[in-house]
Amino acid sequence: MILGIVAGTVVSTQSQVGIAGARFLLVEKCNHRAELRGEYLVALDPLGVAQGEMVMLSESTPARETPLTQGKPVDTLIVGIVDLIDQDEQVVYKK
Amino acid sequence: MILARVVGTVVASHKEPKMEGMRLLLLEKLDPITMNGKNDFVVSVDCVGAGTGEVVFYATGSSARCTKQTEGLPSDASVIAIVDAIEKDGAFTYRKSQ
Repeated sequence: MILGIVAGTVVSTQSQVGIAGARFLLVEKCNHRAELRGEYLVALDPLGVAQGEMVMLSESTPARETPLTQGKPVDTLIVGIVDLIDQDEQVVYKK
Repeated sequence: MILARVVGTVVASHKEPKMEGMRLLLLEKLDPITMNGKNDFVVSVDCVGAGTGEVVFYATGSSARCTKQTEGLPSDASVIAIVDAIEKDGAFTYRKSQ
């Protein structure tokens, strides 16, 4: 999985995704210290994530391994909200 | 999914027979904050009837084949949505009506 910070939302009324009420979030890629990298993705959000939260993103085929996204043309899915990351026994990120 | 702007179409009369009848769009990846193109282009099958100039996002890899039109096609990119608005920090960086 890769890490990202929720930057905002992407609204689309004309889509072929086939998921009723699908929530697309604008996510900026970041590293484990929440340092942003200026690269954005659109991710499907099944968890109701708030803006500014750090999330784990799953890309490609695994993104379809949930009841919501099975068989759907989704290649980027939020699979978790990060509470804490430690590195070498040092907390490097805390919600 | 990746945000892009439809900047044109691609015609390929001599192609994989399975791709027959598919509308091919020329997409330029874009930065959703500045809305500038990134000079990075892809060809993608159009599944939503997107017109030139419209902002879309597309799926790649195997997920590109999970739409009615692209099922079983040798295509790894499908435009799956036309974007109406992009919001960041409470402000719109893009609105289709503009």
